[in-house]
Amino acid sequence: MKIVVCVKHVPDAQGDRRFTDDHTVDREGVDGLLSELDEYAVEEALTIAEARSASGEDSTVTVLCMGPEGATDAVRKALQMGADAGVHVCDDALAGSDALATSKVLAAALRTLEFDLVLTGMASTDGLMSVVPAMLAQRLGLPQVTLAGKVELDGTTVRIERDGDSATEVIEAPLPALVSVTDQINDPRYPSFKGIMAAKKKPVNTLSLADLGLSPDDVGLSAAWSVVEAVAARPPRQAGQRITDEGDGGTRLVEFLAGAKIV
Amino acid sequence: MAQILVLVDHVDGTVRKTTTELLTLAARLGTPAAVFIGAHADAALGVLTEFGASTVYTVDVPGLGEYLVVPKAEALAAAVTAAGAQGEVGGVLISSTPEGKEVAARLAVTLDSGLITDAVDVQAGEGGPVTTQSVFAAGYAVTARVTHGVPIITVKPNSAEPVPAPGAEPPSVVPVAVTVSELAHAATIIERKPKAKTGRPDLTEAAIVVSGGRGTGGDFAPVEAFADSLGAAVGASRAAVDAGWYPHSNQVGQTGKQVSPQLYVACGISGAIQHRAGMQTSKTIVAINKDPEAPIFELADFGVVGDLFAVLPQATGEVTKRKG
Ligand SMILES: Cc1cc2nc3c(=O)[nH]c(=O)nc-3n(C[C@H](O)[C@H](O)[C@H](O)COP(=O)(O)OP(=O)(O)OC[C@H]3O[C@@H](n4cnc5c(N)ncnc54)[C@H](O)[C@@H]3O)c2cc1C
Ligand SMILES: Nc1ncnc2c1ncn2[C@@H]1O[C@H](COP(=O)(O)O)[C@@H](O)[C@H]1O
Repeated sequence: MKIVVCVKHVPDAQGDRRFTDDHTVDREGVDGLLSELDEYAVEEALTIAEARSASGEDSTVTVLCMGPEGATDAVRKALQMGADAGVHVCDDALAGSDALATSKVLAAALRTLEFDLVLTGMASTDGLMSVVPAMLAQRLGLPQVTLAGKVELDGTTVRIERDGDSATEVIEAPLPALVSVTDQINDPRYPSFKGIMAAKKKPVNTLSLADLGLSPDDVGLSAAWSVVEAVAARPPRQAGQRITDEGDGGTRLVEFLAGAKIV
Repeated sequence: MAQILVLVDHVDGTVRKTTTELLTLAARLGTPAAVFIGAHADAALGVLTEFGASTVYTVDVPGLGEYLVVPKAEALAAAVTAAGAQGEVGGVLISSTPEGKEVAARLAVTLDSGLITDAVDVQAGEGGPVTTQSVFAAGYAVTARVTHGVPIITVKPNSAEPVPAPGAEPPSVVPVAVTVSELAHAATIIERKPKAKTGRPDLTEAAIVVSGGRGTGGDFAPVEAFADSLGAAVGASRAAVDAGWYPHSNQVGQTGKQVSPQLYVACGISGAIQHRAGMQTSKTIVAINKDPEAPIFELADFGVVGDLFAVLPQATGEVTKRKG
């Protein structure tokens, strides 16, 4: 079983996330990390591969990341968790790419790899768009099974369970397929000391656009099909009135709601 | 004026409120038109007429319920093409649900058009629709525009107050034929386990949301009672969901629902950044928390430092009294 996991390097949500002068997300000047939601996809891939290997089937997990130089940290983290190899698409022309271009590049990279299963996170924690998985599936002509809370495989099909608003659904698709997973699916492991040491020797293949047969005109800010016209830091929400309950807190709360014409 | 297509979100022809919001936004941008995918379009015509749809493109794809988004995305692409034959298409508006976003993603690839997700406002601009998005846990407001192809925009629920605007004439109904690809049938829903209905409003559409967190200790009764006194939906923090106290479909936050109701009441919730990401655009925020240092108070318009088990029952009684 060959599994590829798409992982994104994102600005740390706990840090000071901001924009650059061209209105793109600042990815250089801020601390970045492996998108937390992609850790669930890495964990799921490792769990599947380990179970398969234990039953004698050769299984590998490759992580694929598109991002600036610093994004190798995200690849490295996944290797420390236990992935076998990394592919990092890195090219100056990629800066400012939108989701369409990102999916174009990831699709081109996936075409150079062998896989039975592609796993992704449910959303990247910076953009929160949740569109790259569907775009990838569309571009590669793969069955798409998104927002999995549980994944089961036999040799030829993948079966997932997902928790919808009105029903829990069980969905089946033939392999190779693309599956995105939610944060409900597992508890991602922390890299062990052994894992951290082993990761240093694992191969990371860095690819340029030219290596993928793509032109700089296909990607980047100038080929983004949408433009940000302005970004404004929201004034932080002003803390309003705060009272301490002295036996009348509930009543005063409702008085506030009545004053605001809500009740 | 260019047509602005709204993808109708419906359950067997019963149109969801978000669709009426989108039609209202569409009227600002051009001539509103609706795309109805599935059976029972007849049942939807009344509402679509009331909210000003000039044309209703209907695409009936047999067996739609058994498959994921691909047939819908292909049907929508066919409708956009058919609408293009009737006149210029100035944009496609879709609800920001998980399904809506996936349909939008595929449409963007198919049409090679720009895509903007999770808009909280859309206004007419010289170069086409101008969107506002709220990003980085509502820390920034971003205005953006699509520069290539047909603008595809997903819009969050509660982004506009629906305004009825019946047209002078009933909409013309234009059936669109589509042959979906084989790939569309690759992923099949083989089982559906329906969930019990609570009788409360839908979390993302509700005007008021009352949420409980770890501070409930697993007892959501006072949260539910207060919600019911206000006719509100019930939400939960991830801590409460992970503990198994409340269903995941009620989780508010980065990996749950993103809500922006008129009123959000956080009970026993600390206000972690991932929780804020799902509720910070609410119009009014109220917090009840024992800990005066809880970060949720930084964004609350009204905060009560106190025990939710004392404050909520009293507030519930007071609401009931005022209503009575
Ligand atoms: C990848 C990722 C995604 C996440 N996504 C989400 C998400 O979508 N939604 C989400 O909510 N979280 C999410 N989280 C988790 C988030 O970081 C917090 O852990 C979570 O929101 C905490 O929930 P809480 O506020 O209920 O619990 P706590 O942080 O433990 O807060 C409980 C609060 O209750 C108060 N309290 C206790 N007893 C009482 C009482 N009797 N009366 C009044 N107050 C009381 C306490 O003072 C405390 O402030 C995510 C985390 C990660 C890593
Ligand atoms: N630059 C990237 N490199 C690798 N994977 C990505 C990248 N961007 C998005 N993804 C994958 O697509 C998922 C959804 O991302 P998004 O559509 O941006 O919310 C993520 O969880 C990743 O698995």
